[in-house]
Amino acid sequence: MDIAKKLTEALGGYINKGRVKSPWVIHYDCGSCNGCDIEVLACLTPMFDIERFGILNIGDPKHADVLLVTGTVNHRNKVVLRNIYDQMPDPKAVIAVGTCACSGGVFQDCYNVVGGVDQIIPVDVYIPGCAAKPEAIIDGVVLALEVVKGKLGLQPLPQTTVFE
Amino acid sequence: MSRTLIPFGPQHPVLPEPLHLSLVLENETVVEAIPKLGYIHRGLENLTALRDYNQMIYIVERVCGICSCIHAMCFCHAVEHLMQVEVPRRAKYLRIIWSELHRMHSHLLWLGLLADAIGFESLFMQFWKIRERVMDINEATAGNRVIISTNVIGGVRKDLSREHQRWIVDELNILETEMHRLEKICTDDYTLRKRTVGVGVLTAEQVIQLGAVGPTMRASGVAQDARMLHYEAFKELGFTPVTALDGDSWARTIVRFKEVYQSMDIVRQAINHLPEGEINVKVRGNPTGEAVARVEQPRGELFYYVKGNGSKYLDRVRIRTPTFSNIPPMLAMLKGIQLADVPVAVLSIDPCISCTER
Repeated sequence: MDIAKKLTEALGGYINKGRVKSPWVIHYDCGSCNGCDIEVLACLTPMFDIERFGILNIGDPKHADVLLVTGTVNHRNKVVLRNIYDQMPDPKAVIAVGTCACSGGVFQDCYNVVGGVDQIIPVDVYIPGCAAKPEAIIDGVVLALEVVKGKLGLQPLPQTTVFE
Repeated sequence: MSRTLIPFGPQHPVLPEPLHLSLVLENETVVEAIPKLGYIHRGLENLTALRDYNQMIYIVERVCGICSCIHAMCFCHAVEHLMQVEVPRRAKYLRIIWSELHRMHSHLLWLGLLADAIGFESLFMQFWKIRERVMDINEATAGNRVIISTNVIGGVRKDLSREHQRWIVDELNILETEMHRLEKICTDDYTLRKRTVGVGVLTAEQVIQLGAVGPTMRASGVAQDARMLHYEAFKELGFTPVTALDGDSWARTIVRFKEVYQSMDIVRQAINHLPEGEINVKVRGNPTGEAVARVEQPRGELFYYVKGNGSKYLDRVRIRTPTFSNIPPMLAMLKGIQLADVPVAVLSIDPCISCTER
């Protein structure tokens, strides 16, 4: 960990800048009806194109900065969710996509449902909607970047500095 | 020879959903695949005790987000049968329009995922780009992109205005041109054929014996489709199922391609012949007795069993989904193929795990 810290200092915050400018997201379906999953995928496609914010979807939790969780947590997959969360390197942000991930939604009375994602892992951004619209998901990811900035101890840059 | 056990899932890049397969390998060849399910079991059939039969429509729509409209339609068929409700003709046509739009977007989604599974990223983007036209139609006509909640017991909740009808036909014409362009790319592409032709072959005997349904069955040359039962207005519109003969992943791709065109035709015909009149009827009383309903989902035949007891709470709702029937054929086709072909073979049945586990 010391080496990573020294490297970060040596690179003058370039790593942190990269984390904020190009976060990689991982998506895990935790018992969703697929509605939110296909909307998360739709975010990546040309119509909404989340890549214009530098955001890439990847399959490996060890490469990811942001975890997108859809659906309710149940007794079988809570271990998997915790496992994925623990494998992600710090700083990380968690986004609960859809009403089910926020609170349990229509399924909260089912016998196999634990509840929202926040019962198992800490959640930074909640995106409501059934299914959450791609516009809302993009908005949520951009909000999560502010959370990552806060965890890194960075201030949001004023807009004007970009064009100077 | 020594055997290796390789886990596939539950978090796997090729599947948007958690499905776990333990693959037993000899060198690179799969000897056996052992499925482990239950990652997204919620137990929503049990909610009949807490939600009345009108509220259950919203629950069954959330069995699966991709074919939500068709789940609700099947449930409504069963309850309407119990309550002896005759749905108005216009509602029947409108139900067909929305359910076929769902089939279109589901198949386009699948074609994109197949391209993604073999690493053809730009084709994935193209399929999902043209799919947005269908999603726009859903949003404009029903108010939501994915879960459109148009079905109610006794008819539908929304009507289509004349402007909407014209616009839908225009959009579908554009979509058809775009589909033809992508079909040419798919059929001419060397890599796509190389990855799908001869992968996961099922013979006609096997699909019947193992109980496959939907495009998985029709790609092996068995012409069976629940729409042949002529539910809703299919009797008036006419219907012949699409089939292919080879029984491999490529044949399943072709069947889904043709079904997108077929769904477009059905929607156009339904709009052309859309009768005037009421869109729903008032329903009084509570359901009593038992009923079953069968409709065709994008993935195959969907089966609902509903038991009512005279109160507004149903005794039992039992759902049998197409992916559940397609898992044994999938395990049969995995035997003897290479490890690198497993994602394509698994994807070729279009698994919908949230349907299967509910």
